[in-house]
Amino acid sequence: MGEVELGLAIVATINAAIRFSIPITLGALSGIMSERSGIVNIGIEGMMLMAAFTGFMTNVYLSEPGVSETLQSAPVRLALSLAVAMLTGGAMGLLHALLSIQYKVNQIISGTVINILAVGLTGYFYAGDTSTLGKLPNLISNPWPKSSASELVLRDNFSFFLPHDIGRILFDKDLITYLTFALVLVFGWTLFNTTWGLRTRSVGENPRAADTLGINVFRVQYTNLFLGGMLAGLGGAFLSLAAVGVFERNMTTGRGFIALAVMIFGNWRPSGALWGALLFGFAMALQGQLQQFGINFPHQLVGMLPYILTIVVLAGFVGRAQPPAFAGQTYEQE
Amino acid sequence: MATTAQSHPPPTAVRRRSPGFPLQVRAALQGLLIPILSVFTAVLVGSVLILLNGRDPITAYEGLLEGAFLEPRGLLATFRNMTPLVFSGLAVAFAIKSGLFNIGVQGQLIIGSVVAAWVGYAVEGLPPLLHVTLAMLAAALAGAIWGAIPGALKAYTDAHEVITTIMLNYIAISFAGWLISTGSADGTIKPGPFASPASAEDAIARTPDILESAKLPVIYSVPPNFDLHIGIFLAIITTILITFLLFRTTFGFQLRMVGYSPNAAQYAGVNVKRVIILTMAIAGLLGGMAGGIQTLGVNHRYEGNQSLGLGFDGITVAFLAGNSALGVNISAFLFGAMEAGTTRMARSADVAIELIQVLQATILMLVAADQIVRRLYRIREVGEGRARQSSGASAGKDG
Repeated sequence: MGEVELGLAIVATINAAIRFSIPITLGALSGIMSERSGIVNIGIEGMMLMAAFTGFMTNVYLSEPGVSETLQSAPVRLALSLAVAMLTGGAMGLLHALLSIQYKVNQIISGTVINILAVGLTGYFYAGDTSTLGKLPNLISNPWPKSSASELVLRDNFSFFLPHDIGRILFDKDLITYLTFALVLVFGWTLFNTTWGLRTRSVGENPRAADTLGINVFRVQYTNLFLGGMLAGLGGAFLSLAAVGVFERNMTTGRGFIALAVMIFGNWRPSGALWGALLFGFAMALQGQLQQFGINFPHQLVGMLPYILTIVVLAGFVGRAQPPAFAGQTYEQE
Repeated sequence: MATTAQSHPPPTAVRRRSPGFPLQVRAALQGLLIPILSVFTAVLVGSVLILLNGRDPITAYEGLLEGAFLEPRGLLATFRNMTPLVFSGLAVAFAIKSGLFNIGVQGQLIIGSVVAAWVGYAVEGLPPLLHVTLAMLAAALAGAIWGAIPGALKAYTDAHEVITTIMLNYIAISFAGWLISTGSADGTIKPGPFASPASAEDAIARTPDILESAKLPVIYSVPPNFDLHIGIFLAIITTILITFLLFRTTFGFQLRMVGYSPNAAQYAGVNVKRVIILTMAIAGLLGGMAGGIQTLGVNHRYEGNQSLGLGFDGITVAFLAGNSALGVNISAFLFGAMEAGTTRMARSADVAIELIQVLQATILMLVAADQIVRRLYRIREVGEGRARQSSGASAGKDG
């Protein structure tokens, strides 16, 4: 395998996998939020893209000379950008709710509208040639320097520096990354242990029964789509404010759709979605790192694996995916 | 008092409004009116966006119309652009007739493109007409197989076709990407089986150019570099065939029956599984032909980033047309015209070409949520006693 540093490559792959999995996890949480309340949301892709754009543009405007220094200081500027991104996502979620609940548009069509609209609007208003005062910094930097680490040699060209390498995985991450893991826990707990969670699930499974019991079906759906939109917005913000740090046309490149696959893969559960996202993230990371490991295999074929796996899961060959019973249908109040 | 009258109209209260036209004619007129008003409204929304960017909407739309219809090649470019859209639109509209959402046209189109290119360059020594026909059939067959997969998954495992077709889109992109991949620079990874030998030098992944005999015949040329191929006629013939299949054959009847109610169809003795698989296969066949037409008629080879979006546009085209085969041709014409006009619009009014996507999304939204247009222009629904076509308003109701 020659000059390949295996230990280095493994740490780099894990970090890349985490980085890829964050927006996908957030998108999947967004999907769970809306599908659990009975609304299929294939517009996550568009919500992410739109939020990535507005969040980034807020960052750009606040970075321009002439803006007051308090607004330009990193915490305020980035917090505002994040807030705008999340609100944008929330607004798109409300648009989806308005179209599919109020106007009874087919939910797939409504999601498609959002996706095309986002590509169009962001492409139309994005002029390029922008600069910012910086993206989200790492929240905690690695406290274990390489100089004081002990080297664990497994083989030639295969060694880890402990605890330095563990620190590189655990730390050196931005706010949104940690927030995502926290959100998975919080969302997972609330979905199955709170009144809100119970209402959400009952609306998604049987809105008629929920309605009979006095639950305001439409309010639950509007709320969840707004919150879900905000989650997708956070995923978009991760791309343009943290991971890449700039906006590019169509920068979501299908992550919103992959998030849907991950949602199904995780059987509409937040924790399952996280594992699914890490698996997808790993496959995406591996594509870029294959040669690092000295494996000569076309990366395109590796790239197909997660999608094939999703189909396999969906088809029930491995486990059984069970969507909320009422997802995708229009509920008509009597 | 008024509310009671509305919910329980007494038999004597016959409404008399716009006398003369029978109900069906009025309904048909409205069927046209809503899309037209949607397009009109979208154009207005577009004007606002153009003004927001400090540009002149009149110049922009003038440029759009000139580019789409007037320039020496304007109308011809519109025809050429609309051709693949007719096929991809039909691929969506046809599947919806049986209640299936074919979001996978993009993948079917990619597979069709790359297979057409392969037959186009690899099969040698055939007479022109036979070669191009063979390449087209291969594209159609490949698309049909690609489409049948989600159909079979739906029929036998109940996996939702929306997700499986989206997954198959990505698999198609990666798979075709591998077929034409250049391999690694040091030669440890071999180039893909369909890769052009020339791509090793310039690192642009693509298939070799197809042979002259595999190119679609040209009916009109505008120098220096514009050719209109015969695809537009294929599109019209296919539209007629699909309409015939849907409304004049037993299979078409069964297909529409499954669309209305799979359970009822099952009880009536229809083999629902078979109908679902065949429907998706035919939809895939149409998607594959969309790709074949682009490769054999316009691009003359397959390159990774070509015709991205043509498949997704098919969804919009089909919904704008209310999923009628004839309507697909009209909305494909509209979209083809927009596409043909964008470059001119961008040049003469300095407006970003993405404006077109905003227009398309707005049109789609207004057509789907026809209540918005009705409210905006105060259009009452024809025959108010009729049950409102709710979620299925655009899904497989009208022919």
